[in-house]
Amino acid sequence: MRVYYSDVEIFEPLSEQTFPLTARLQLNIEVNGMNGLTRIWKREWPLHFMLIPGLFLVLLFSYVPMAGIIMAFQKYVPNKGLFGSPFIGMKNFQLLIDYPDIGRIFFNTMFIAVMKIAAGLFVPITIAILLNELRREWIKRTFQTLVYLPHFMSWVLLSGILVDILSPSSGIFNQVLGWFGVKPIFFLGSNDWFPYVMVASDVWKEFGFGTIVYLAALTSINPSLYEAAAMDGAGRIKQTFYVTLPGMMPIIVLMLTLNIGNVLNAGFEQIFNLYSPPVYESADIIDTFVYRMGVQQAQFGFATAVGLLKSIVSFLFVSLSYVLAYRLANYRIF
Amino acid sequence: MITDRSLGRRVFIAGNFTFLFLISFLCLMPIMHILAISFSSGAAAAAGKVSLWPVDFTTAAYDNVFGKPEYLRAFWVSIQRVLLGTALSMALMIVTAYPLSKDPRQFRLRTFYAWVFVFTILFSGGLIPTYLTVKNLGMIDTLWALVLPTAIPVFNVILLLNFYRNLPKELEESSRIDGAGHFKTLWKIYVPLSLPALATTGLFTVVGHWNSWFDGMLYMNHTENYPLQTFLQTVIIKMDFRFIKAEQAELMVKLSDRTSRAAQIFVAAFPILIVYPFLQRFFIKGIVMGSVKE
Repeated sequence: MRVYYSDVEIFEPLSEQTFPLTARLQLNIEVNGMNGLTRIWKREWPLHFMLIPGLFLVLLFSYVPMAGIIMAFQKYVPNKGLFGSPFIGMKNFQLLIDYPDIGRIFFNTMFIAVMKIAAGLFVPITIAILLNELRREWIKRTFQTLVYLPHFMSWVLLSGILVDILSPSSGIFNQVLGWFGVKPIFFLGSNDWFPYVMVASDVWKEFGFGTIVYLAALTSINPSLYEAAAMDGAGRIKQTFYVTLPGMMPIIVLMLTLNIGNVLNAGFEQIFNLYSPPVYESADIIDTFVYRMGVQQAQFGFATAVGLLKSIVSFLFVSLSYVLAYRLANYRIF
Repeated sequence: MITDRSLGRRVFIAGNFTFLFLISFLCLMPIMHILAISFSSGAAAAAGKVSLWPVDFTTAAYDNVFGKPEYLRAFWVSIQRVLLGTALSMALMIVTAYPLSKDPRQFRLRTFYAWVFVFTILFSGGLIPTYLTVKNLGMIDTLWALVLPTAIPVFNVILLLNFYRNLPKELEESSRIDGAGHFKTLWKIYVPLSLPALATTGLFTVVGHWNSWFDGMLYMNHTENYPLQTFLQTVIIKMDFRFIKAEQAELMVKLSDRTSRAAQIFVAAFPILIVYPFLQRFFIKGIVMGSVKE
């Protein structure tokens, strides 16, 4: 008969007090005729086995590309490959620093991303509080279902819709503005408007989805807190500021810290589908720049260098955000 | 709760309702506008007469779209990638999350393995090295390029493993005592109990695959391999005729007039419009579960 360590643990007849660890190991070895490692392997091999396909795919599609980063230090020539291309040290990075538009590209990225983070926090919280004030459950649910509809559509479709709606000649948005005597504005073709249109349309797409988490936090606030506040003479507005918001604070802090990792993600899919050469000045972000350099102009080494810089900075921000989320909101990834 | 029926309160309730109604309308309006355009005549649409209701009702745009083999073929590629991609991702997710949900005492290398997966969220090789990897594997212009690189969704694995961990330990222990191994425990205990979490992640995988267009553009050299969203990206947004042969150019012009564009957008959005309201019960539970942990 085989007695496994795990079985012993379940029944716990041999606790630490009655049998010290060495004695238990001794017992196991005698019963099974195996040493410790073999026994662990016997017990755990199915768990290793289950991870094989996942690990294989992660190695192939995440870790192998990470090795491809050495291209950033090469003058990469496609038909010579990674091993045949000559190394040129930090030249790609020098090129990057000397590139005239690079400062603007980093500025655009962070400008759009930070505005998106701020608006993406403020709007869903406000809407969640307002939705929570609705008394009829079915009205609340209907509104909720409608507001996160855009979240489920791709930026390709939404861009098609936005281009149509915002068109200066026939778009419905400019027609409505026309009623108020505003001259047609070419929202997607003007450097003054473009970044703000990106932020507004991103908020429009994502705010409904964002309300889900905040609504859940709202419903878990103890109702007796509101009653106590009302007894103390707090009106609705004071209740919102002194009961609702503090009750939501942990989840707000969590969402904010997790979003810090996104400061270099200004939204490639959205901007790529909506921008055009006339607005590159205000619209070009790191990801679109990497795409144009790498895929369209085949400057693999240079594009990889730009991408690497972004990956490193993002890595620092994402790590920081997880550390902060752990410290401030006790959030753990796994 | 103390009910308040003062005038101020009533004004607030009415104002709040109106405001939220307008906000909801703002989210629905663009789709309704596109739908109205798609059912209007080309002349009315071009003149900007259409708002939320079709003008000179006609289904010509839809006849046009459904009569084109290019659109239908792209639709079919999308269906294939959704089916294959979702099946693969779900299977991988279920088996990957199980070992990672174990306590390190039960599975010694668990923390190490978990970091191997989590690190891929924190850091990536970037666009170009990933593209070259897929290319070197000979997957360009195959369905595998759309399915395999994203087959293991690490975020969903984390969501599922946290769900597994909240299941009562006693269930697993009793199944182990009854002689079931890890595989049987996973299949007979964990999978049936985690159906809400699986429905959530499954929905997101389906929507993700359906909406994905960039990988199609990156990995497909021939337009006939484009999934629907990539096809629409080139036809509707970029109006890119570079890949189109001369005899197809006329068709492309037809497909890119305003009513046809609207019809194509609506047809591509339609599957999602019908699926998502039904699954909302599941996914609200799932999202909240994944983001707010004890």
